Amino acid sequence: MTKTGTDKKLDTILKKYEPRPDSLIAVLQEVQEKLHYLSEDALKRVAERVKVPLVQAYSVATFYNAFSLKPKGKYIIQVCLGTACHLQNGNQLIEELGSLLDTEMGVPTKDGLFSFEAVRCLGCCSLAPAMMINGKTYGNLTADKLKKIIKEYKAK
Amino acid sequence: MDKIIKKKDLDAFKEKGNRLLFADSVKIAVQAGTCGIASGAQEIFDFLSGQVSSGKFVLSRTGCIGLCKREPMVNVSVPGSVTVVYADMTKKLTEELLKSWIKGETPVKNSLMTLDDALYANPLKDLKLPSGHAKYRDIPFYKKQEKIALRNSGFINPHNLSEYIARGGFYTLFDVLNGQDSDKIIDEIETSGLRGRGGGGFPTGRKWRSCRNAKGDKKYVICNADEGDPGAYMDRTVLEGDPFSVIEGLAIGGYAIGANEGYVYVRAEYPLAVETLKQAIETARNHGLLGKNIFGTDFSFDIRINRGGGAFVCGESTALMASIEGNVGEPRTKHIHTVESGLWEKPTTLNNVETWANVPAVVNMGGSEFRKIGTKGSAGTKVFSVVGDIVNSGLVEVPMGMTLKELVFGVGGGIPGNRKLKAVQSGGPSGGCIPADKADIPIDFDELVKVGSMMGSGGLIIMDEDTCMVDVARYFLSFLVDESCGKCTPCREGTYQLKQILDRITRGEGKPGDLELIEEIAQVTKDCSLCALGKSAPNPILSTLTYFRDEYKAHIEKKKCPAGVCKALITYTIIPEACTACGKCLKSCPASAIEGGKKVAHRIIPEKCTKCGICFDVCAFDAVKKV
Repeated sequence: MTKTGTDKKLDTILKKYEPRPDSLIAVLQEVQEKLHYLSEDALKRVAERVKVPLVQAYSVATFYNAFSLKPKGKYIIQVCLGTACHLQNGNQLIEELGSLLDTEMGVPTKDGLFSFEAVRCLGCCSLAPAMMINGKTYGNLTADKLKKIIKEYKAK
Repeated sequence: MDKIIKKKDLDAFKEKGNRLLFADSVKIAVQAGTCGIASGAQEIFDFLSGQVSSGKFVLSRTGCIGLCKREPMVNVSVPGSVTVVYADMTKKLTEELLKSWIKGETPVKNSLMTLDDALYANPLKDLKLPSGHAKYRDIPFYKKQEKIALRNSGFINPHNLSEYIARGGFYTLFDVLNGQDSDKIIDEIETSGLRGRGGGGFPTGRKWRSCRNAKGDKKYVICNADEGDPGAYMDRTVLEGDPFSVIEGLAIGGYAIGANEGYVYVRAEYPLAVETLKQAIETARNHGLLGKNIFGTDFSFDIRINRGGGAFVCGESTALMASIEGNVGEPRTKHIHTVESGLWEKPTTLNNVETWANVPAVVNMGGSEFRKIGTKGSAGTKVFSVVGDIVNSGLVEVPMGMTLKELVFGVGGGIPGNRKLKAVQSGGPSGGCIPADKADIPIDFDELVKVGSMMGSGGLIIMDEDTCMVDVARYFLSFLVDESCGKCTPCREGTYQLKQILDRITRGEGKPGDLELIEEIAQVTKDCSLCALGKSAPNPILSTLTYFRDEYKAHIEKKKCPAGVCKALITYTIIPEACTACGKCLKSCPASAIEGGKKVAHRIIPEKCTKCGICFDVCAFDAVKKV
């Protein structure tokens, strides 16, 4: 049986970590980052590798906000809803993104390019309202700025 | 790689570091913390990288010096002169100013200040003060700051070990490992009166002592960098600007309590902090400052990084330890303290980033010196992130005991647009809102508790009169409903029910008796929850109820939101006489809820209006009214 690209990626990740239970979260984090979600198969293989029961891997995967059992977009937009961003109407960004990308929070766009979610405080409060796309932070956002940024990513 | 074993090795690094910090050539250091980068620092850095091959200047990067509002900032030093900090920079301005800088000139355009304070002095020779620039202490924002935890941030290159050593770094660890009794170090920390900077304010020395005395073949030290309080980012800044101080602090703590392993549990939302720390640990390891037999002594110590999974509750010590072990981050009861049975049931000392960054400084200056700073019950300084409706939003480090008023109006520069201060929210979701008329209180751990709030990790959200306190309470409650781990019922159900009631009130569906019901549920949640998350969850609602009860009543009885925030209780209308029919609001309305035409006064169609407020914001003629 030939291995798919996803399987190979998973193999590479699993090999990097020590097969101990406390590697669980770190492995899941890398799988989430590289494969954009935790599939049933991935969860099983991670659990096996770090020697924990599948139920523990599942409970960890569903407890932490960082993990998702459904695919996320290639570009993950994290809109900050910390206190400062809340006071600067960060919620408005969520609404704007919904109409801009024609999808709901947590549901990837049809082309799989984007998904957006709310996070609690990116720690850039003086730039409120702020958001992060795949680790890159954007601040002092307005509807116009948001449109421009999305356009840039679409063109990438 | 050169190992650092003897004092002369440290001295060699120090010399090298000083040469880098106070270069013989023109030196440009871009302040490139996360907030700096988001404001455009990377673009400036990239531009300068392209120019550096000219050989006319050296390029470096540094962390954030605190005044986030004025970023991106660039530190420029020309030979023989004190460093000048330029603010509000752009690539274009950099391009323009670079022409002068490389000639050894420091124009005043966009200059914020010089770093002429003793804190940044060149230990080898006096530098001359370039003329025309504001001095460090002339700037109200910096005038009363005392930097201990932030001593290096915004000045040194966080990736450069020798610059950290040039600032006295790792000398303290050297002295500690060469001849100091671990009890003596704990004595110093106890004498200093240092209290945990993460929120609880527990005496650090006492914690260390208990852990040192606890029985166990293996012990751990942990740095809590899961800075979850929204509005607080001091730990991110320390990790991004001065990671070696945390490493040195952890090593000193490890030696004092008898631990050989340390963990840093850091939020995944801080990718740059994780990366900076990772590199710093690697560098320290390569030079023998972490690993086996540090400085040739018997003491071995190493640090691992664990990234969080985006769960606020993991800032709680027992939940954090569960998470390091690879489990769900649920807290446990603390009838056995973590100093006796913590990580993997071994004695564990957990402190947060700011506390660990304080440790080398405290040991170096001596406990009694540190004690002289601050108030009787709260020694030392505290870093605050002052954000929200404030002119100088940013990170400040002030002596404990400064009044809230001075922090907001002196250091912070007051409220923008001459609006009035309404309240200051401190302590994150576990804290409370302090009303403007209580702004005279000195900030320390105990005083904040007295007014129904708490220090927390130091996030201060400044709120002006346009803030609805019911909405603020609802915001924190919804945060806690999401972040409650669900293990204990009082927290899981209590926060949920409180939020349901607040949702109703802000929708205009409040009923008589709601406030009493809130107080009853809040009390039960407070009394019966398992961990501090639940026990403190009602604070935002209780403190706003105490100080802003009338505002709640207006929502319930009059169905009005006095601050004009709660969408269900406000309507937008256009005053035809004031409308110039410019069409701006019509074009901006995302819901197509505005009608009108050329020379025809515009009108909002109530059925379509989503109350987003964009028309209100864009109207240049004050024709849109919010009622």
